[in-house]
Amino acid sequence: MTLADLTRGQRGRVKDLRAHGLLRQRLLDLGLVPGTPIQVKFVGRGGSPAAYYLRGSLFALRRETAEQILVELEGASL
Amino acid sequence: MKESCLAALAGNPNTGKSTLFNALTGLKQHTGNWPGKTVEMKKGSFQHHGWTCEVVDLPGTYSLTPASPEEEAARDFLRSGNSDAVVVVADATCLERGLHLALQVMQLTPKTILCLNLMDEAKRQRLRLDVDELEGELGIPVVPTTATKGEGLEELKDAIIRVAQGQLQPRPVPVGSDADEPAAALYRRAEEIAARVARGSPVPRPSLTSRLDKLVISPGFGIPFMLALLAGVLWLTLVGAGYPSELLAAAFSRGERHLSLLLNTAGFPRWLHDPLVLGMYRGLAWVVAVMLPPMAIFFPLFTLLEDFGLLPRIAFNLDRSFQRAGAHGKQSLTMAMGFGCNAAGVVAARIIDSPRERLVAVLTNNFVPCNGRFPLLMVMGGVVAAAAPALAGGWVPSLVVMGAMVVSVLATLLVSRLLTATILRGEPSFFILELPPYRLPRVGTVLVRSFLDRTLAVLWRAVVVAAPAGLLTWVLANVSVQGVTLLSHFSAWLNPLGRAMGLDGMILLAFTLGLPANEIVIPILLMGYLSADSLLAVEDLAAMRAVLTANGWTWLTALNFIIFALFHWPCGTTLLTIRRETGSCKWTLLAALLPTALGICLCIVLTIIVKLWPM
Repeated sequence: MTLADLTRGQRGRVKDLRAHGLLRQRLLDLGLVPGTPIQVKFVGRGGSPAAYYLRGSLFALRRETAEQILVELEGASL
Repeated sequence: MKESCLAALAGNPNTGKSTLFNALTGLKQHTGNWPGKTVEMKKGSFQHHGWTCEVVDLPGTYSLTPASPEEEAARDFLRSGNSDAVVVVADATCLERGLHLALQVMQLTPKTILCLNLMDEAKRQRLRLDVDELEGELGIPVVPTTATKGEGLEELKDAIIRVAQGQLQPRPVPVGSDADEPAAALYRRAEEIAARVARGSPVPRPSLTSRLDKLVISPGFGIPFMLALLAGVLWLTLVGAGYPSELLAAAFSRGERHLSLLLNTAGFPRWLHDPLVLGMYRGLAWVVAVMLPPMAIFFPLFTLLEDFGLLPRIAFNLDRSFQRAGAHGKQSLTMAMGFGCNAAGVVAARIIDSPRERLVAVLTNNFVPCNGRFPLLMVMGGVVAAAAPALAGGWVPSLVVMGAMVVSVLATLLVSRLLTATILRGEPSFFILELPPYRLPRVGTVLVRSFLDRTLAVLWRAVVVAAPAGLLTWVLANVSVQGVTLLSHFSAWLNPLGRAMGLDGMILLAFTLGLPANEIVIPILLMGYLSADSLLAVEDLAAMRAVLTANGWTWLTALNFIIFALFHWPCGTTLLTIRRETGSCKWTLLAALLPTALGICLCIVLTIIVKLWPM
C-alpha cells in the first residue's frame, strides 16, 4: 500500500520509495528513509494535496507523490 | 593573530535561520546574488571582543546534494574552504532533520558549530536535550539559542570566534556511510544521536498549530476563511489610509504654494515654473499622497501574516486549483508575491525548478494586480460607492477591490490551464511544501523591515517614475499642433477602440502613458479630461467623480476601467524583468499580449451584452 491509501489520522511506516532521480533524493532528504513513521494529518479538497507529519514537522504532498511512497499501516489516532 | 573572520550560516528552511542572521548582524546587511547563480545571497557582520566577523547567510536547504541551484551554492561555498566557521542552524524540536544536514556539513568542513535554535518551542513541548552529550556524540560545539528573544547569541558569537581563531578545534565524529543511499545512513545516525540526547519524555498535546490548521486548511472552511481574512486586511487598509492621505494631500498643497512662491521670487519664467510645479510636483504629490498610506498599512499587515506562517497554508488551500490548471504548486506563492509587485513575482518564479512550469508562472504573474494598481481599484471602488450611497459606505471600496482580486486569481488559473494545454504542455513536476508551525511575529521588527524593504522601495520606484511622467503629461497637454494639444490628438486616435470597449480614447491613452508605473494613470486621465494645463489637485474625490460623470462615465465605464486595470500589459519594470528572466523577447511579448487581449475582449463583450440587454 502507498501513502496515498492512508486516510486522515492513520499512521504508517515507510517501506520503500518507488520514485527515482530528483524526487527520490528530495524525499530521502526530508527523512523518508525505510522505517520512518509518518501520519496523515490533513487532507485537502478532493484528496490532494494532503499534509503529513514526519520527523517533527508537517509536509504537504500531492497525490502523485504520495503514491510513490510505499508504507505499511500501523494504526490510527489524531 | 587575525582580527577578522568569515562565518557561514547553513540550515533547513523554517528553522529561524533568517531571524538568527538578523539578530547577529542587526541592520548591517546587504543582499546580492551568488556569483553566476540566480540565488540570493545575504551578507552582514558583527563585532565581538574586538573581532569583526562577516556572516554569509547560505540558502535554506534540506541537504547538500547538489540538485538545486540553492544547494549547489551552499555546497560550493562550504567546499571552497573560505569560511573560518560554519554554523548549522537546527530546529531543536525536529532535531533529526537538522542533524542530517549537520552531519553532511561536517563531512565538508571540520569547523562546524551546531546551533540549536527555537529552544523556547522545545521547552513548550517539554522537550529537553542534553547539550554536553550532543557535543560528545558529534565532536563539535553545540550552542542552544532562542534567536527571537536574543538568547544564546553571545555564546554563539564566542563559539564562532573561538573556532575561527583555532582555540576551539572541533573533531567531527565520522559516520559510516552507505554508498548506495547516503541519506539513509545519515538519517539512521541522526536518529541514534537524537534518541541518545533526548531527556525526559515530551508530552504530546494538541498544539495551537494543529488546532488552528483544523480551520485554516480544512476542505470546508479554508477558502472562506482566506477570503474573510483578505476582506479584513483590505478594509483596514482602505479605512486606515483615508485620513493620512488627506493630511498628506493638504501638506503637499501647502508645499506647492511655498514652492511656487520660491520659484517666482527666484525669477523662474512661467514656461519653466509651470511644468516643474504643475506637472512634476503635482504628479509626485499625487503618487505619494495616494500610495504611501495604503502601502504603509498593507505591506506590514501582509508581512505580519507571512511571518505568522499563513502563506504556505494559502498555497495548500489553492493547490487543488493549481493542479487542475496543470501548474506547479509554488505558483500560488509567486502569485501572492505578485500582489505586492509583479516584477518581484516574476523574480520569485525562480523557486520553480522546471523551466516549463516557471514560464507559466512568469507569463501569468501580471494577471493579479500589484500594489501599484491597487490605488486604481480603490479609487474606482470609491467612485462606485459614491454612486450608491445607500450601500454600507466603508465596505464598498474594499469589496470592489476584493472582487477584482478574486477575478484576477480565476484569470490566472484559466490562462495557466490554457498555456499548459497548448504551447506549454508537459508532465507536472513534484511539489513538496513544508507547513511550519505558526509563530508569533515580532511586531516591531516586522514593521521596521516591511517599511524599509517593501514600502520605501516600492514608493521610491513610483516617485522616480512619477516626476518625469508628470512632466511629460504636462508637455503633451500644453504643446499644440494645429490648435489641438498633442494629448487630444493621441486620444482621438485611440477613441474608436476605447468606445468599443465601453471606455474612451483618453482612458486608453492614460494607460499607455502609465506604462512606466500604473500609479500615474488616474492623474494623467484627469488632466486629459480637464484639458487644463495641470494635474488636478489630489484631495477631492467628489470633484473627481464630477469630472468623470461630465465626461460620460457610467457604472459600465467604471467596471470596464477596473477590468482593463486588471488585464493589460505589464508595467515597464515588469516587462524588463520578464525579458531578463526568460532571456527572450518572444516570451516577453507574449506576456504583454495575453493580458491585453483578455482585457480588450472582456471589455468589448461586456459592453455589447449591456447594450443589447433589454432594459
